[in-house]
Amino acid sequence: MAFTGFFLITFLIVHAGINSCIFLNDNGETFNTVAHFMSHNWILRFLEIGLFVGLILHIVQGLMLWRQNAAARPVKYYSNKPEKNSKWYSRSMGLLGTLLLIFLVIHLSHFYVGTKIALYVHNDEPHNLYEEMREVFQQWWVVLIYLAGIVALFWHLMHGFQSAFQSLGLNNKKFVPIIKVAGFGYTVIICLAFALMPIAFHFHWIS
Amino acid sequence: MEHYNMNLTLKVWKQKNSKAKGSFETYQVKNISSEMSFLEMFDVLNEQLIEENKEPIAFDHDCREGICGMCSMYINGQAHGPWQQNTTCQLHMRAFKDGDTIVVEPWRSRAFPVIRDLVVDRTSFDRIIQAGGYISVNTGNAVDANALPIDKKDADAAFMAAACIGCGACVATCKNGSAMLFTSAKVSQLALLPQGAPERESRVLNMVAQMDKEGFGNCTNTYACEAECPKGISVSNIARMNREFLSAELNSED
Repeated sequence: MAFTGFFLITFLIVHAGINSCIFLNDNGETFNTVAHFMSHNWILRFLEIGLFVGLILHIVQGLMLWRQNAAARPVKYYSNKPEKNSKWYSRSMGLLGTLLLIFLVIHLSHFYVGTKIALYVHNDEPHNLYEEMREVFQQWWVVLIYLAGIVALFWHLMHGFQSAFQSLGLNNKKFVPIIKVAGFGYTVIICLAFALMPIAFHFHWIS
Repeated sequence: MEHYNMNLTLKVWKQKNSKAKGSFETYQVKNISSEMSFLEMFDVLNEQLIEENKEPIAFDHDCREGICGMCSMYINGQAHGPWQQNTTCQLHMRAFKDGDTIVVEPWRSRAFPVIRDLVVDRTSFDRIIQAGGYISVNTGNAVDANALPIDKKDADAAFMAAACIGCGACVATCKNGSAMLFTSAKVSQLALLPQGAPERESRVLNMVAQMDKEGFGNCTNTYACEAECPKGISVSNIARMNREFLSAELNSED
């Protein structure tokens, strides 16, 4: 969980970084150039396979944990107050992860499938991903779905970031507060960057 | 602190043996002093049941000083009741008020089967200790107490881990029924000291393997165990065990 989690955390930095090119407000020129490079460079094509493998492993590990942990307590408590001893989101990683998976399916059908069809089916015809984003985010309900997905991502990362360090034993009394602050900072920056994208397109903050 | 008496309704888990299907029984107790401990309140209830020719409730207890780890009980949805860093025997009735209904359940875990009522079998913990929670010593006379220099910092950390009384509250409270806090405390107390060095790698591998074999769940770092531990054992021990495990796994050739 921690190894694949770190891998996905790293991916999000790249994803948020590249997508932030839309905020340059140059009619998507920079963004489309980078997107073109990302979808044509063979090293990145290879890494993309790794990304899907990492994601699937993360899901499979999560399912295995869920099954084993459910079996560890066959008789549940009649009265239980977990809110007295732990944070709700640390106990809800499976639920948050499922919401994220649903969001990912919608997200990939919006932007990934179209890019791939242009690349492989239509013999690499020019594909304006920036225009596609602008169109998709004109519908208010799409913006709402994206914001809901980002909320799920926020809480998933709030637990996941520091939890990955704990699982690998990469912390101690001195580093725990630093890791917690870094995790909070990372989560806020990533989620804010992602949340601003659909909002900026929808309200025409960028041309 | 002001003293008061209270009447309470108790909903207690009753189960004949590990095979039987249990259920809750409701009892009334009257004139319970706020200065009684939770177990003394149970003594009053059991006296009452014996006088009525009914079966008393079976529960674990021994020292009643908060140091043996024998008492258990999941009280109103929390291991050892509502107070933090506290065992059931040290929980006083002033934590409750007149007219309260208190739900009392045994620890719930596949690795802690119910023996009777509120008594669970915690020998799975003993088997984890047997798998590696010991050190090699020279036979002959006891060595001089200060023959081996140990950093004060390490001695303190080992002592903090050694404070674990093996009560099982960590397992009981964990949403996954994981025994990582217990096992990591037992690994840490020896891993931090030079006396624990000879078996350092085999210890962590064997104890973790035994822990998994017993059917405990996996740690997902909710840290509920630390919050409910009567001895305040830190989850930094779990991080240490994870480190020990990774390095032992890398060094192990079988």
